[in-house]
Amino acid sequence: MLGNVTLFEFLSIGREVAGHRPWPRFQLDLPCWRAFEDRLSAADWVLLTEWAEPNEVHALFRDDQTGDIAVVSHPCVNHRFVGLGKRRPGAIRLERAIHDLYGLAPQGMADQRAWLDHGRWAVKHPLGSPRTYDGGPHAYRFRTAIGDGLHQIPVGPVHAGIIEPGHFRFHAQGETVVRLEERLGYTHKGIEGLVQGKPIDVAARIVARTSGDSTVAYGIAFARAVEAALGVEAPPRAHYLRALMGELERIANHLGDIGAICNDAAFAIMLSHLGVLREKILRANMACFGHRLIMDRVVPGGVACDLTDEHRTILRKTLYEVGKGFRRAMALYEETPSLLDRTTGTGVVAGSLVHRFGAGGFVGRASSRAHDARKVPGYPPYDDLDFEIPVRAEGDVHSRILIRAAEVHESMKLIEQIMMRLPQGPVTAPLPMRAGEGVGIVEGFRGEIAVWVRVSEAGKVVRCHPHDPSWFQWPLLEAAIEGNIVADFPLCNKSFNCSYSGHDL
Amino acid sequence: MIPPISHLFARHLLKGPHTTPAPAPSEDGLAELADEFATQARGRLGRSLAIREVDAGSCNGCELELHAANNPVYDLERFGIKFVASPRHADVLLVTGPVSLNMAEALRRTWEATPAPKWLVALGDCAFDGGCFAGSYAVAGGVSAVLPVDLHIKGCPPTPKDILAGLLALLQHVGGK
Repeated sequence: MLGNVTLFEFLSIGREVAGHRPWPRFQLDLPCWRAFEDRLSAADWVLLTEWAEPNEVHALFRDDQTGDIAVVSHPCVNHRFVGLGKRRPGAIRLERAIHDLYGLAPQGMADQRAWLDHGRWAVKHPLGSPRTYDGGPHAYRFRTAIGDGLHQIPVGPVHAGIIEPGHFRFHAQGETVVRLEERLGYTHKGIEGLVQGKPIDVAARIVARTSGDSTVAYGIAFARAVEAALGVEAPPRAHYLRALMGELERIANHLGDIGAICNDAAFAIMLSHLGVLREKILRANMACFGHRLIMDRVVPGGVACDLTDEHRTILRKTLYEVGKGFRRAMALYEETPSLLDRTTGTGVVAGSLVHRFGAGGFVGRASSRAHDARKVPGYPPYDDLDFEIPVRAEGDVHSRILIRAAEVHESMKLIEQIMMRLPQGPVTAPLPMRAGEGVGIVEGFRGEIAVWVRVSEAGKVVRCHPHDPSWFQWPLLEAAIEGNIVADFPLCNKSFNCSYSGHDL
Repeated sequence: MIPPISHLFARHLLKGPHTTPAPAPSEDGLAELADEFATQARGRLGRSLAIREVDAGSCNGCELELHAANNPVYDLERFGIKFVASPRHADVLLVTGPVSLNMAEALRRTWEATPAPKWLVALGDCAFDGGCFAGSYAVAGGVSAVLPVDLHIKGCPPTPKDILAGLLALLQHVGGK
């Protein structure tokens, strides 16, 4: 059984579901799902996301050897399913969330605590078979650390800065963090429930607000999923414009975050300087696309904006200024020993952990996992563009900063190519009224965003699941902070900058 | 070699600050604020406001623009408006998001921890009425569903200019002209 079986070969034991694009979906019954779960211990198949429906769980996998991608589905018997968390630890929180929302219980898991459900909703399992709930808020049993001189520091959900809410429970010995445990779910808005039955354009607006900093990436992922489900392709010009907006979003976020990381190391001039550069990008966004964060400009079928020669001039000028200022800022960063002393060797994430959790984005790439969805599986127009994926092996705050800096330079190169090669033609394609299921995988600035959608013939979204890369990065933050001092937590946290809203849905 | 920081200093000495002039206080905001407060607060705070921001389930878009309002271009602090780390230091609670039910109690407790006189500003379309998240099982649907709101600053997300104009209206009202 340990021969080199590919994902597709293995899944041929299941039943292929028709109408799922661009990658197939296979339904596995209980024995096959068990065999699949068992097989995961040996196979090099990466979990991209896991989600559910009232009676079925789905998992999106990629075979790293062949590049095959498939959705694996399992109709649950008696609202139970064999959990994948033992083989893919990144699935643990996803499955806890599935239990909270759909009432499907993962079997064989040690951690049975609720995740998104804090006992504050009027219903239990709101998306499965809802039951009225008035039992009051849950008490959450944090894991403990036992030893001499240990104390706990509870932080959040309301933090000291202008940031999203989440609770961190530190166990510390003196200054040193012995254990950090996160409790998230505070920003849960029920996005999966909200989009059900909504017309495609309304659903697109909601999904684009899964995480406001990645609104373009979510927009593209949702649009690609819908286009796949309906079997249409956006026009070439739309692909290029989407990539242009996506790279601008990446640059803006990296600029803001590098500044904020340095600010958390009490080096405020970087934040001021990079804040000004970020503002230049946002103003160019406003001038070219009519929105500072470029919300709602990517629509299923294409884009809702176009680029004129005047816009090109604005973008060229902005990028020239930003590029010059950014090189100055990075020179300052690299020439300031007191700052480097704070970032180097702080918050190290082991490469083995990154691979085990399948963490992407700069968190993965700073710890030797060179994955980027723009290369694998790749999507237009990136297959026609020339760019590199920076990778480092140290896995500390410093290398995450350097990866982000390198990505800013790559994105600027990409934008130049995009503007040079921007094809002529329409920017939208009409959407047919057809039923189908589709997946869109897109590289946001944090990492791989996957959106799965099922649409009905009436042009409505039946179900949709947006997956944020933060799901696989949050657990690594707990590992990164271990053995560091409490005062370095803001630094580590900002160097990850995981999304709360994208994770909590 | 010239140290890199000298480039930054030289630029500021030669070209002056990045900061742009302030927008006029928001008309809508002034209208909404009129006659809402007792005059006792005037003078007590002077022209200074300490703001505690609470994210009650926003998508992070409003937070990004709040950060932008603090950057050197908009420089909120030049007006005496300052973001503080604790509600106990705050005059104003600035709330974003549709108020997810998981955050509602934390929000209420933060409001209780803020000493009077205090004001509550709801920022963004979600904070106004739930925005595109209204109607979900997991959200209260706007800040006013949970706490009394003194001023709404609308937009998805509001631009730093909108934020500045809204807060200036509040400042003018609180401090007296």
